[in-house]
Amino acid sequence: MVERQSPIELAPLEPELRIGSHGDFEHGIDVILSETRPGSILQLAAWPGQEKKLISGIRTVTGLALPDGAGAGSTDGVRSVFGFAPGKFTVVDEAEGLASAFANVVTPDIGTVTDLSHGRTAIRIAGPKAEWVLAKLFAIDFALPAFPVGAGRSTMHHDVFAQIQRTGADQFDVYVFRSFARSFWKALCHASEEVGYEVQ
Amino acid sequence: MLITCPYCGPRDVIEFTYQGDGNRERPQPASQDLDAWNAYVYDRLNPAGDHNEIWQHSGGCRAHLRVVRNTLTHDISSVAFARGDHKAAARHKAEGKS
Ligand SMILES: [Zn+2]
Repeated sequence: MVERQSPIELAPLEPELRIGSHGDFEHGIDVILSETRPGSILQLAAWPGQEKKLISGIRTVTGLALPDGAGAGSTDGVRSVFGFAPGKFTVVDEAEGLASAFANVVTPDIGTVTDLSHGRTAIRIAGPKAEWVLAKLFAIDFALPAFPVGAGRSTMHHDVFAQIQRTGADQFDVYVFRSFARSFWKALCHASEEVGYEVQ
Repeated sequence: MLITCPYCGPRDVIEFTYQGDGNRERPQPASQDLDAWNAYVYDRLNPAGDHNEIWQHSGGCRAHLRVVRNTLTHDISSVAFARGDHKAAARHKAEGKS
């Protein structure tokens, strides 16, 4: 999310985002939760037959090469990309302004660029129990062989749509609608209580 | 019941929305053939066995899918993108189990 302009405007999670250790942390902290607040979150879609051009455009702008296959993706820690549907990709950058960088690359004959920077909240869960906690919320396979690093998944939690990218062996970034983010964050905190969690 | 989305892989049926009988053929919008419209709206094969259906992976990749589901057993024998040009995006083959 873009940095807030004034102290009055709270980030969507802020009333519920309590920095520190929570739950059963006395026996160790097994997950770390944070809001990554990327400057740019985009959705790119290719017209039929234009997917390869879109993928090469993503490489031109972000420097990230998309591996073959449904839901494949990659990250360099600053920028991330993954497929979330046939011919459609989520592209994220720590910096603002990614949409204008794509303006001259993804031309109207190739596909569309939709700026969702203000419409999604990015929540990171990291640590040895990240898979365990997420498996309580989402009915998908989080094991590393089924969900490799860089890959993305489209799924939902209680009818709230979510996109999940694995950005490390034990780290996941979850993108949820900003208006549902606080509710999802609370559910994630509750699910993390038993393993001990720290909010950063 | 699991449906193996060609893009997302096996997912619980809760992620999908039933979009209706896949055997129907919609008349042209300008058609004034009342029998054809009547058949489109009301006539159903209602088989006790394999049935062609349209589903949407609404809680996932949102693709529309052609599914063959057995109405007696819920076995799903085939899942494919409704849009032919999505074929290249397929990763998962339909599995015979549900
Ligand atoms: Zn799908």
